[in-house]
Amino acid sequence: MITLNINGKAVDVDAAADTPLLWVLRDTLGLQGTKFGCGAGLCGACTVHLAGSPVRSCQTPVGAVGDNAITTVEGLSADSSHPVQRAWLEIDVPQCGYCQSGQIMSAAALIANNKAPTDADIDDAMKGNLCRCGTYDRIRTAIKRAADLAGGAK
Amino acid sequence: MNTRRDFLKSSAVAGGGLLIAIQLPGCAPAPAPAPKAAALGNPTAPVQPSAWLRIGTDGGITFLVDKSEMGQGVYTSLTTLVAEELDVPANSIHFEAAPPGDVYVNGLLGGQITGGSTAVREGWDKIRKTGAEVRARLVQAAAEHWKVDAAQLRTENGAVVKSDGTRLTYGQLATAAGALPAPANVTPKAVSAFTQVGKPTKRFDTPLKVNGTAPYGIDQRFPNMLFGALAQSPVLGGSVKSFDDSRAKGMPGVQNILQTSTGVVVLADSWWQARKARDVLDIQWDAGPNATLSNASISAGLADALAKHGADAKVARNDGDADAALAKSKKKVEAVYELPLLAHATLEPQNCTAVPEGDAMHIYAPTQVQQAAQGAVAKAAGVPLEKAFVHTTYLGGGFGRRLEVDFIPAAVEAAKAVNRPVKVLWTREDDTTHDYYRPPYRHRCSAALTPDGKLAAWKFEICGPSVTSRWAPAAVEKQIDPFVLEAAQNYPYDAENVHVSFLQHEIGINVGYMRSVSHATNCFAAESFMDELAYAAGKDPYEFRHAMLEKQADPRWRQVLEHAAARAGWGKAPAGRFQGIALMQGYDTYLALVAEISLENGKVRVHKITSAVDLGQMVNPSIVDAQIRGGILFGLSTALWGDITIDKGVVQQKTFDTYRLVRMNEAPQIDVEIIASTEKPGGIGEPSVALVAPAICNAIYAATKSRIRSLPIAKHGFA
Repeated sequence: MITLNINGKAVDVDAAADTPLLWVLRDTLGLQGTKFGCGAGLCGACTVHLAGSPVRSCQTPVGAVGDNAITTVEGLSADSSHPVQRAWLEIDVPQCGYCQSGQIMSAAALIANNKAPTDADIDDAMKGNLCRCGTYDRIRTAIKRAADLAGGAK
Repeated sequence: MNTRRDFLKSSAVAGGGLLIAIQLPGCAPAPAPAPKAAALGNPTAPVQPSAWLRIGTDGGITFLVDKSEMGQGVYTSLTTLVAEELDVPANSIHFEAAPPGDVYVNGLLGGQITGGSTAVREGWDKIRKTGAEVRARLVQAAAEHWKVDAAQLRTENGAVVKSDGTRLTYGQLATAAGALPAPANVTPKAVSAFTQVGKPTKRFDTPLKVNGTAPYGIDQRFPNMLFGALAQSPVLGGSVKSFDDSRAKGMPGVQNILQTSTGVVVLADSWWQARKARDVLDIQWDAGPNATLSNASISAGLADALAKHGADAKVARNDGDADAALAKSKKKVEAVYELPLLAHATLEPQNCTAVPEGDAMHIYAPTQVQQAAQGAVAKAAGVPLEKAFVHTTYLGGGFGRRLEVDFIPAAVEAAKAVNRPVKVLWTREDDTTHDYYRPPYRHRCSAALTPDGKLAAWKFEICGPSVTSRWAPAAVEKQIDPFVLEAAQNYPYDAENVHVSFLQHEIGINVGYMRSVSHATNCFAAESFMDELAYAAGKDPYEFRHAMLEKQADPRWRQVLEHAAARAGWGKAPAGRFQGIALMQGYDTYLALVAEISLENGKVRVHKITSAVDLGQMVNPSIVDAQIRGGILFGLSTALWGDITIDKGVVQQKTFDTYRLVRMNEAPQIDVEIIASTEKPGGIGEPSVALVAPAICNAIYAATKSRIRSLPIAKHGFA
């Protein structure tokens, strides 16, 4: 039995230590907002926060997580009130939406540490998250808006 | 026979609400008949009346959306169309995916199909008429209740209103309206009366897609469900000879290992366990007929076919006498263009969840073809069609991949065998190596120029596979596959002699429709070759195209060309930057696109893409803008890198390291101009894809005088 700290709660899971965190989240715990895209750390659809940093959960063995806090899209806010989610709603970012949990988690980690991200900062933080539908323009706009919202803008 | 539709009907009526069953007026002649279940070897569903709208006695309205939501925004756009006629706010309507049914057949495609950029084109009249008829019945019910003339009543915000302001809500009227006969001669609202259609409203699915709750196929869960991982033949078209599962059987969580019609599936308590066990199966494969297939042999096969059997090509268009004009021309230009195989690469890998229920089988799946999926379920489960139920989930990308039903049988067969719900999910590698690939084509292009640099003849010979000949063979018995002639048959430029033909040459593997279909392949060859002709004529590529549209009766071609050039600053690129242009009409939409590039250490950098688009009337300009931009990036990935190669029948690209897609830091600036228009709506999900490759390659020529005649650009060292 492994004890994980997920979205602010301690959760016991019965899984082999080499199981990727992604599958513990999705199949064991039913936290399915985190998506499977490639299983190789190439697409970013499975991005979650581990101790506040964005990680690819498909490349993170559950046994290596320890007591580091895990945040998934379900834990970002209870009511889509996180500045990134508010900005995503305002700019109407998603198309098919499959990559968007991962995009949102990468963006949330970016603006947590960077109050005014430049285009280069955004490129650097987001280049690991593929969007097959091509929503990058709106993601860029929404990240800047999210940073403003986080800074208290209306 | 108690089908799900009967169930819906009786439950709605029992609840005292209104169920509106609408028989469509005669469908337009179908240019490309259905991939109905029949085309896939299954009988078609019986014709039954079906429902588009349910109105509860509480006034709640549910709209059954006949198209799958795969990112193109149909849950929003089609709901807006029906809401406009009902005079209710579109965001107050509940929507759900329609079940399989002949009433939902796409009038432009002849089957229940989400594809061909048809959703709004086909729904514009049909869905508005649906809403208008329901509104008329509600008004008539109110008129009878109040004993007034229906013409004195109006509707607003979900209620019928009398001149004195008295209101009856749709919920109050639903039962009475349901008892009325369907009204005759109902006319939808005039465009000038629209209050919702044409406005950039926010999508109704966005809230579910920012908090992780939108249910995709991969997210389906049922009590007692097993997770499946499928081993398919590494060689395309191969089959299982025998397998040894002794290592896999004892692994943690593994419950069953079964041979299915599409491979060997491992069922386990979690997908990760299933996948780990799958990877240690020892399977002997019969490689089948593709054991020696390679992309080199495919390419050689196309060249050989065109060289030896060009005369067998079917002629799609023949104005004047192109051969005679070419024979006597003093300025003849010839070139061969080639397109590679491509994978769709939906970000959600293929998957299907099958749930046995008594003598019925249900699937929950991301599909673009509900009826064909129903046929696949019935066949795999051995049940009649009325016991095969298809529940369409959100699609994590479609792009034509989910017009196929190959991901359904393994789940259904396994669920039937173990009599438990089963979710089979492919890995990314499974998905990339077992696609129905965009077919390769070879184009032989010939043209004659007059001494003063005008077009005398255009000959465009297309050689390659026909997807439709597999997918809906009846559709191509009497005509050339229309899905190989797009952006070729409608060649717009002034030439007295135009010859367009198609020589079918199959390559031994399954090929499929991919976003923009033959627009993308033909537009690359035609608009690149037009560029060659401009230079051969000593003209600027924009000026040459514009001059060759002088006799074109349809002004929309010239308009988009002019707008794109003006907006992009054609001819005024900054130092070190180079421009290329392309023009196309497809899906009833007109587009021109300018790419602005530079070369850095011999590699192309795409700085900016400018596009002018005339798609006629729109439901939602915000969704339209997103689709154009998304299509441009889709086209950019394929132009730069898209290349599926095959060695001994095995696809060499496995995942996103070798099958590259554009990333955020690689995306150029995109500038889109949507030209205001009162023309009938055009499709917008696909067309912008097609212009990107020719525009970039034309810009590379402007920069380097190297003409790229085969994709991807990376093959030539520029990417």
